[in-house]
Amino acid sequence: MANEVEIVKGASLWQDAWKRLLKNKLAVFGLVVMAIMAFAVIFGPMILYWATGFTADGIPENGDLIKSFPPSLLHPMGTDEAGRDLLARVLQGGRISLMVGVISTFVSLIVGVSYGAIAGYIGGKIDNVMMRIVDMIYAIPYILIVIVLLSVFGGQNTPGWIQYLSETFGGAGNQGLSQIFLLFFALGLVSWLTMARVVRGQVLSLKNQEFVLAAKATGVSTFGIIFRHLVPNTLGPVIVYATLTVPSVMLTEAFLSYLGLGVQAPFASWGSLASDGVKNIAIFPWQLLFPGLTMALTLFSLNFLGDGIRDALDPQTRKF
Amino acid sequence: MLSFILRRLLIIIPMALLVVTLTWGLIRIAPGNFYSSEKKLPPAIEENIRKKYGLDKPWYQQYGIMIFNVVKLDFGNSLKYQGQSVNEIIGRHLPYSATIGILAYLLALVVGLSAGIIAALKQNSIWDYGSMALAMLGLSVPNFVFGPILVLFFALGLYWFPPARWGGFGNVVLPVITLSAIYAAYIARLTRAGMLEVMRSDYIRTARAKGLDEKTVLIKHALRGGIIPVVSFTGPALAGLLAGTVVVERVFAIPGLGNIFIQSVLNRDEPLTLGIVAFLSILIMIFNLAVDISYGFLDPRIRYE
Repeated sequence: MANEVEIVKGASLWQDAWKRLLKNKLAVFGLVVMAIMAFAVIFGPMILYWATGFTADGIPENGDLIKSFPPSLLHPMGTDEAGRDLLARVLQGGRISLMVGVISTFVSLIVGVSYGAIAGYIGGKIDNVMMRIVDMIYAIPYILIVIVLLSVFGGQNTPGWIQYLSETFGGAGNQGLSQIFLLFFALGLVSWLTMARVVRGQVLSLKNQEFVLAAKATGVSTFGIIFRHLVPNTLGPVIVYATLTVPSVMLTEAFLSYLGLGVQAPFASWGSLASDGVKNIAIFPWQLLFPGLTMALTLFSLNFLGDGIRDALDPQTRKF
Repeated sequence: MLSFILRRLLIIIPMALLVVTLTWGLIRIAPGNFYSSEKKLPPAIEENIRKKYGLDKPWYQQYGIMIFNVVKLDFGNSLKYQGQSVNEIIGRHLPYSATIGILAYLLALVVGLSAGIIAALKQNSIWDYGSMALAMLGLSVPNFVFGPILVLFFALGLYWFPPARWGGFGNVVLPVITLSAIYAAYIARLTRAGMLEVMRSDYIRTARAKGLDEKTVLIKHALRGGIIPVVSFTGPALAGLLAGTVVVERVFAIPGLGNIFIQSVLNRDEPLTLGIVAFLSILIMIFNLAVDISYGFLDPRIRYE
């Protein structure tokens, strides 16, 4: 009498992808390095302070005229021009560098996905105009846009919610920090263009399918169709593209900091540390090498991880 | 074909004007201007400056004058470098950027194409993994780290090349290598992916089936289709390279156009910024057109009406 049916648990898209990702040695390497890096950046400064008493801003008061010391047991990465422990600086700078990657990508994700989904779903003339605007912004050098955003919203004009965010995450009353948060948003606002194109393409191919028609028939609003039905279905390509955006915004931040437009003293990022180090390359090469190589290792792992995620989520486009 | 090229050439003009308009708008939105500094100017002097540069007119008149001059390709004089016209400045600094940019792209093509083809032909071998790991490294090391490291070893350590400045052939080597690294990496990845895809297509099987030897299949058939992604990448890449790459110019103290552009934006030197943006956008569109035309030669299936 007993109709015993063996319950087979189906593997979801995400479980499948996760399995494929774990098979990819290079991607696992990237994942492990990023996990270590995130841990080091979050807890490293505290552990270092507890173990040695060094902080990123602590300037030792000894009478030495030359304060740059090469790597030693006491200072594994050496010290910078002011005598600060470089390891502490690199760990502290990593917080900002990794935060750029996360926050700017998130901003570009929100803007790019909504813009692309709206353009693709509404279609027609509006779509045409919206995508031509994207083309135009592509043609303007992004550095110009970043500088304008930073100067329009900088200083006294910083929007209240950016100040609120920087106070929530970094402590109150810090003008410099809110400028860095502004930089995160400015970088996000110049990196959403390709995302918008990717999402629009996806939405165009999805919007004539039956489930959208069904949603329309049951009276779902346009907003609901776009954000409840279409956007979740574009998630695969969006995640793939987002993972490749992370290293690219980090590189852009480093570039801006190198030009003196990004993170300003007393704050540091890997880009600004490397930029300080370039000045002393001939005498104190470790001041460039350690921040620079830390950043290179991070980008290297992120790129491998991004490639791995693309192959895992999108097996058809996998390059054999 | 001819009408296609003509149409595309004609559309460059309104597109470039639109880009210039947007740039002008952006510059005007930003607070501050080229004459204001820490010290406050007396109102009478400020008024005179505004009058001299036509800033006292309503914005639509200023815009009209600006666009009219841009159409004549006359960008006026730089506000920062007194008495020098924008065209002069671009003409003076472009050759440096162009020399380094073109050489870097050629180097990147040679390195990237060979690495990509080898990786695709010996797929999953040590050659494949090795060259792809190198390419990934090229994408990951920022050029303001790579350049100084090269200087440290080859200029300050081995004394093979001068560390900076413009001069003979020796001065060009390190900047060109620095600049080409990231492009070589991109090209290697694009070539590998493109070649792998083409090698599995039907027309390659046909070519093999009709008894062509492997070399002919590879060079006459596979390569033409396989490098199409590289060709599409070439348009924007070349334009960016010609415009100069600020970092390399700063690391090696080369008086190229990239640094001039950044400076012009920071100085609010409106005519110079507009001039460089207009020049670049026209360049990008011409390169993209050239790329589209070359598709037709590479892939016989692509035709333009």
